[in-house]
Amino acid sequence: MDTVQLAVLAALGVLALAGGVLVFTCNSMARVTFALLGSLCCVGGVVTVLGLPYLGVVIVLMMVMEMVVMAVFMIAYMMNPAGLMPMSMLHNKRGSLAVSGAVFVALVTAVFVTPWPAKVGEPPSDTTFQVGKALMGEQMLTMVVLGFVLLATMVGATVLATHRGRYDRFGDDLDQRPARDPVRGGVGR
Amino acid sequence: MTETASWWSLPAAPALLLTGAVLAVAGDALLAARDAGRPRTVAAAVRPLLEVVRLLAAQPRRMPAPDRLLWRSGVVTVPVAAVLSVLVVPFGHRAVADLSVGVVWFNAMEVLTWAGLWLAGWGPNAAFSLIGGYRFVAQGLAYELPLMFALISAATGAQSLRVGEIAEAQQGLWFAVWMPVAFVVYLAGVLAFSFLGPFGYPVGRDIASGVLGETSGVDRLLLQAGRWLWLTSGAAMAVPLFLGGGAGPGLPAWAWSALKTLLVLALLVWVLRRLPVLRADRYVELAWVVLVPLSILQALVPALVVLNR
Repeated sequence: MDTVQLAVLAALGVLALAGGVLVFTCNSMARVTFALLGSLCCVGGVVTVLGLPYLGVVIVLMMVMEMVVMAVFMIAYMMNPAGLMPMSMLHNKRGSLAVSGAVFVALVTAVFVTPWPAKVGEPPSDTTFQVGKALMGEQMLTMVVLGFVLLATMVGATVLATHRGRYDRFGDDLDQRPARDPVRGGVGR
Repeated sequence: MTETASWWSLPAAPALLLTGAVLAVAGDALLAARDAGRPRTVAAAVRPLLEVVRLLAAQPRRMPAPDRLLWRSGVVTVPVAAVLSVLVVPFGHRAVADLSVGVVWFNAMEVLTWAGLWLAGWGPNAAFSLIGGYRFVAQGLAYELPLMFALISAATGAQSLRVGEIAEAQQGLWFAVWMPVAFVVYLAGVLAFSFLGPFGYPVGRDIASGVLGETSGVDRLLLQAGRWLWLTSGAAMAVPLFLGGGAGPGLPAWAWSALKTLLVLALLVWVLRRLPVLRADRYVELAWVVLVPLSILQALVPALVVLNR
């Protein structure tokens, strides 16, 4: 890793930390969300500089989508009028300070205590392929199981959240066509 | 063989993108003149460009208690992301940066418009503007998944995320020919992320221009430019992804790239005037019930072809 890369890495790290601090100092839900997004984008940059461009760019891609959806939900669910008023991200200050301090100390200790392996050989030219092999080769079973768990969670959450089930749409015998919907949809109705 | 071009491509790529966007705006104005029965003259074609001068000189509109920082960053994000997305698109055999993850880069830049438009809707502290921002997010949830599967289809067919290699993999047969669903879904996605024509729901007339409603002056110019820049960028990306890149008989590669891009752009401009505005809740149903399964099946085709190669 040459000097330029090190400098970029340090700059991105500092920016990511600054974004993290802003999350807890801004008083608007929108600004907090996008400060966090900025921080996560810097993390994506860090991963890219470390030689995993696929993971880095995907982090940016997924985090932008996720934080925009997050902004919508956080603003909708805030206790004060719909997240539109000034607010604070700090709750249970003493307890959370103790927890976060302990976690920080544990992580920093782990960094220095862990016997890191020495570098062997050169990194491959296309790390994307290596990441794919690592995830879809030996860990295929894990990925498939995780995929099903995530899908089941999403379907379950949607079923629990919706107040209109199929009996409301298709009648008691599920034979009513077209479905009885409050708003006409885009497919076949 | 796609190579990284020299330093002068850095200003050249945005200039080419802007030229394409201006041509698209002029073409759209000509079609509007034809539909309204006005004469199709040069004056009619350049008329929307007069708006640029007017917006540059216009006095900015002020709203009570806006979030200026978020508003500005949202407005700037849309055109800037469009310009950044085009860095990986090869023009002939040269790209500004032929990244090894070019397709993902394009996708990431396109998703930045989600953040940009939501912020542009949030910033002015106005209800219709905010509704416009939310509408784009709803529309995004509808178009993004099929669009991603379309990109995955092309990348799988070429076994590479490098845009240059995807163009080269179509030496025998264009991906548009044997992945027609992916191609159509991609073009629909281009119209959707440029929020033009049938996907102009976030800037709909029923909410007084939505996201654009409270913007004025340079802000409005940047957002409007962002829409047409994204349309052009999407058309340019369609060429290496589905239409064989710069390959073609007779002419040099850059000429084929430019020609194909302009043809796709002309098709998109024509289509966007032919379709009515789609409500996001209707499109999301079409997208998830019809387009997602279709595009997953489409992605399966190149996967099977590549496995049996």
